[in-house]
Amino acid sequence: MSLKRSFARVTGDAAPRLKTSAMIASIAGDDQKTQAAPFGHALVELAKTRADIVGLTADLAKYTDLHIFAEAYPDRFYQMGMAEQLLMAASAGMAREGFTPFATTYAVFASRRAYDFICMAIAEENLPVKIVCALPGLTTGYGPSHQATDDLSIFRAMPNLTVIDPCDALDIEQAVPAIAAHPGPVYMRLLRGKVPLVLDEYDYRFELGKAALLRDGRDVLFISSGLMTMRVLEASKVLSKDSIDCAVLHVPTIKPLDTAAIIREASKPGRLVVVAENHSIIGGLGEAVAGVLMRAGVHPAFRQIALPDQFLDAGALPTLHDRYGISTGAICGQIKGWL
Amino acid sequence: MHAPIGHNSQLRLKAYQIRRTALKMGQVQGQGYIAQALDVADILAVAYFHAMTFRAGEPDWEGRDRFYLSIGHYAIALYAALIEAGIVPREELETYGGDDSCLPMSGMATYTPGMEITGGSLGQGLPIAIGACLALKRKRSSSFIYNLLSDGELGEGSTWEAAMSAAHWKLDNLIAIVDVNDQQADGPSSSVLSAEPLHEKWRAFGWFTQRVDGNDIDALVTAFDAARAHAAPQPRVIICDTLMGKGVPFLEAREKNHFIRVDDGEWDKAIDMLDAEFAR
Ligand SMILES: Cc1ncc(C[n+]2csc(CCOP(=O)(O)OP(=O)(O)O)c2C)c(N)n1
Ligand SMILES: [Mg+2]
Repeated sequence: MSLKRSFARVTGDAAPRLKTSAMIASIAGDDQKTQAAPFGHALVELAKTRADIVGLTADLAKYTDLHIFAEAYPDRFYQMGMAEQLLMAASAGMAREGFTPFATTYAVFASRRAYDFICMAIAEENLPVKIVCALPGLTTGYGPSHQATDDLSIFRAMPNLTVIDPCDALDIEQAVPAIAAHPGPVYMRLLRGKVPLVLDEYDYRFELGKAALLRDGRDVLFISSGLMTMRVLEASKVLSKDSIDCAVLHVPTIKPLDTAAIIREASKPGRLVVVAENHSIIGGLGEAVAGVLMRAGVHPAFRQIALPDQFLDAGALPTLHDRYGISTGAICGQIKGWL
Repeated sequence: MHAPIGHNSQLRLKAYQIRRTALKMGQVQGQGYIAQALDVADILAVAYFHAMTFRAGEPDWEGRDRFYLSIGHYAIALYAALIEAGIVPREELETYGGDDSCLPMSGMATYTPGMEITGGSLGQGLPIAIGACLALKRKRSSSFIYNLLSDGELGEGSTWEAAMSAAHWKLDNLIAIVDVNDQQADGPSSSVLSAEPLHEKWRAFGWFTQRVDGNDIDALVTAFDAARAHAAPQPRVIICDTLMGKGVPFLEAREKNHFIRVDDGEWDKAIDMLDAEFAR
């Protein structure tokens, strides 16, 4: 029991405190364009033409933007209480009877608590349940109970399951109809609340199973998903001032991977390949890409920007993103160190 | 500030101090689950200053009663109690929720002396308590395990697996306390998932069951005493109906919410009102 941390020494002139260690911390920068609740609004839009769509949650409608759907379609919304195993099994039951359930909770509770229920009740029968989860990776400073640093690893190993890690509001908005149209089960990571909008500045559309080259460059190839795509796009702009020319391949579908695009881009000579993900260094996009390249006999210089194999600290989110190397500044520092 | 009149008046003073310390911590971060802290302060006062055996300077003392907080988000309340109990130094409250503080927003065993388990992933406290109670019995210990759980946690299947197990193993060293504040993340617990009738449910699961006003110190003292003294070999539960924001009238009146916003200027006002209420 000597594991306890020592008391912090309280000094008189402590630095101003960052007030973002709460459960819900926005990942949007102060000057970033945002869009409110893109998932909730996209689901409402889709439900207009698809009567089979229902929404279920485990006491987290407000925190997954599903409340927007619940307000628009109260009779198609099911509040299951704080019971994630029930949420998943009941969604399976809905799906068996012909409905397309969107089930929401936090990523930790779907991937950890409800795993067996998703695996056997949903995935094994290939039922069209769409599991949409907030707080993916390190998007809260609340500590390991809410930091889903292992969700991609956990869900990648589940047969039949499609795994999506969208970057921004545009990605989420376009992914919703796409995952609904897909016949099988899907796990989608969710950014909720005021969600940054960045991909509107690129010639981009979300396509299930497809990676997209957002920018080309000679020195570094970033392969990234989720909010890390946003970060590596920013880092690319910063690094260009130091004449470091970066390409960005955005991979919103983690499974099945767009192996053709990954092999094509990683085969171009002379570039450092850097996989950047908001996830543990174990079992996420980085190792998935490494496996693809090894099997294809493509061997570029390869690095990973990912969270360490640790239970992460609690604290303010910007502090933690710097500490664990996934802030824009930390990305630039790592790239310069490697080149 | 008040001349000690009797034991229960002392406990009322402790409850007031816990509320005040929790408000001070909330003020440090400008946020926190303060409405819950205020609703549960009376329970914590009776647990720590009436029922439980512990040594302030030796939080891991083998002979202590253990307090398991499964609801990690209630940490602000338990920190206040631990400060009042002398287990956590008072200066630490200045660091609440900050980077590298030993008082993180969500309670974790690895961060804080006196915090027995890592909560936050709700529905784990009671199952952990089952194993700990079995272990205490193996060790022939006379310590109790107290588990504070919330009405939201009654939605988790694991809670009821544990409830059934506790009776099966005749865990008379287990005292569960359920904070029924009729609130969880998406709204009133009664509308999110109907769990009533709670008394009948726990009794049917084999527990010695009491239901009290969780903001009434006298009733809590009687219930804790009865729970400890109960002779039959069965686990004990005290279902506590509480009022969010208790002790600060404008927070009691605020629209009920899992996370109650308190604006910057309101913290001082809340502390003033708490002081005024207590002085009455
Ligand atoms: C297993 C699990 N599921 C979901 C959550 C997210 N969550 C945090 S608090 C909360 C509400 C729980 O109810 P309760 O403790 O009664 O809430 P309060 O009285 O504090 O409003 C939820 C759903 C969680 N922490 N753990
Ligand atoms: Mg509650």
